[in-house]
Amino acid sequence: MKLSRFTSRFYVALGIVFLVAFFGTLGPLLFTGKDLTTVVGGLYDAPSGKAWLGTDNLGHDVFTYLMYGTRSSLIVGVISGLIATFIGVVVGTVAGYVGGAVEETLMAATNIMLAIPQIVVLVLISVALDSRSVTSVAIVIAVTSWPWTARAVRAQASSVRTREHLDIARLSGANTVSIIVFDVLPYMLSYVVMVFVLQISIAILSEAALSLLGLGPSEGTSLGLMLHWALAWESVRNSAWWAFVPPTIMLTMVAFGFLLLQSSLDEVFNPRLRRDSGRKRRKRIASARTAAEAAEAATTSGSGA
Amino acid sequence: MSFTRYLVRKLAWSAGALAVAVFLNFLLPRLIPGNPIDAIVSSLGRGGAEAGTLKAVKEAYTEAFGLDKSMVEQFFIYVNNLLHGDLGKSFTTYPQTVGDLIGEALPWTIALQLPAILIGWIVGNILGALAAYKSGWFDRGAFISSLFVSSVPYYCVAILLLYVFAVVFPVLPPGGGYSFGTTPEWTSAFAADALEHYWLPFLSLLVVFIGGQAVGMRSMAIYELGSDYVNYSRGMGLRDSKIVRYIFRNAMLPQITGLAISIATMVSGAVITEIVFSYPGVGTLLFNAISQTDYPVISGVTLILTVMVLAANFLVDIACGIIDPRIRAAGGVE
Repeated sequence: MKLSRFTSRFYVALGIVFLVAFFGTLGPLLFTGKDLTTVVGGLYDAPSGKAWLGTDNLGHDVFTYLMYGTRSSLIVGVISGLIATFIGVVVGTVAGYVGGAVEETLMAATNIMLAIPQIVVLVLISVALDSRSVTSVAIVIAVTSWPWTARAVRAQASSVRTREHLDIARLSGANTVSIIVFDVLPYMLSYVVMVFVLQISIAILSEAALSLLGLGPSEGTSLGLMLHWALAWESVRNSAWWAFVPPTIMLTMVAFGFLLLQSSLDEVFNPRLRRDSGRKRRKRIASARTAAEAAEAATTSGSGA
Repeated sequence: MSFTRYLVRKLAWSAGALAVAVFLNFLLPRLIPGNPIDAIVSSLGRGGAEAGTLKAVKEAYTEAFGLDKSMVEQFFIYVNNLLHGDLGKSFTTYPQTVGDLIGEALPWTIALQLPAILIGWIVGNILGALAAYKSGWFDRGAFISSLFVSSVPYYCVAILLLYVFAVVFPVLPPGGGYSFGTTPEWTSAFAADALEHYWLPFLSLLVVFIGGQAVGMRSMAIYELGSDYVNYSRGMGLRDSKIVRYIFRNAMLPQITGLAISIATMVSGAVITEIVFSYPGVGTLLFNAISQTDYPVISGVTLILTVMVLAANFLVDIACGIIDPRIRAAGGVE
């Protein structure tokens, strides 16, 4: 892959994502001395040399909490993203490749899952769980967020199914699993990467939404939990901006960074989406109408974040 | 008659989804380790409720849920109660029914979400079509800002708007649906008061909706731009505004389908936004119920949210069928 295929948008997105990732992973290693139990001041002390971003409702250092919060939000994102992408891709490829009754059953389940709002299932499962670790929150989110992936992957898989190289594979006696893994999946790999990126950002936002409802991880902290406590202790109405602005900005950066990364990867993998100015553009677009459906799937699922 | 067939099909899907949601609503609370009612009653007891009330709550619920009966029987009791519109009684405000609590909260939520979704959809689509057509700096500016705005979580926009317009520049009230000390009534004074409290939550939803719709519409319209009818219209020397209207109509269809997909996200985003503003809708009701483990209320709200989203989706499906003759002809293909 030549480097010139990457747009500046891609580098901006990658920069944001790396910045956040470094902050969450290396931050706690670099700025040692305080952890989640260290109390450095009172209720909502303003930022100072002792606490760079002030203190929260219990006198904890907001900067330290922000590092650990970013870390657990990223952990939730990656774990949940991996699981949700895996389930979605398996269900989607099996349905799209095998077809017939299997496809109808799997897609019926997927469509019904899609029709029920994700937040409803998230709330019901989380309420039923007695205590919630970061991992179990991630798993709960993954279990509820795979259906759109399954539906989108199925469309791709059934278009690959009719290609001729699959006939050759079948003639040479390859079994279904090996055909799916070696002959179908590689065609969708770029799409799966984008799905994964999008699933990460959806999971991070879902975790924040759950935490705001009071159903976040019951130990440690996360960006959503920081917002939850900041709202519960009226930091907004008391002008304690340091308690809610840092997690808000961090969440926004994470969500925007991953979404931008996803849409710029789309441009890298799908050159027909790239857009320059003037006549050249119109010519290029004229040949691009077939890609409309793919883009529609990407944007509608994108707005789902 | 294939339009009827299309509607029946869509209705069957909604009914299936509703059935699954009802089943989850039934099953998941019963998966709480131990007897859910014991767990909840004991946590109520820690909260300082009187022993007499606790006993009444426990008896009422053991009977209402029929916990001594088999799971299958319990399920039929549950469904039977639902069919009679009986969502149970709240644990924390005991004699009050869940139906009443939701009935009080629901109008606020609908009044907040429906206009925001409709106006956001229309404005966002016009903006997206214009951005695609104009290209250049307008497109770049509109696209990047829409992408940014649409990826900012609803509650983040809500928190920042609340801080800026209610705390830093106190021009609007800092939350609630109406001023403290007033009660909802049909007077112009109360309406003006409620409207003042309406702006911030409404605007924070609207901004995000517009962004999301504009991003989607722009990419749809870009494809329309290369089509023959646009080139032909250009060759004919038609006015820009007329061509944009053609593009708009053609690119609108997938946008309506997109609306059906994003309604669930919009509704759940709006539910969280209510918490930020302590707006007296179902979101705040859900939040309070969760913090007090008021299970019947949680269960009732999740069910109402499901019904709301399914109903909205069904309406969008009807709109699609009316607008797009292909759907009517094919009888609806999934």
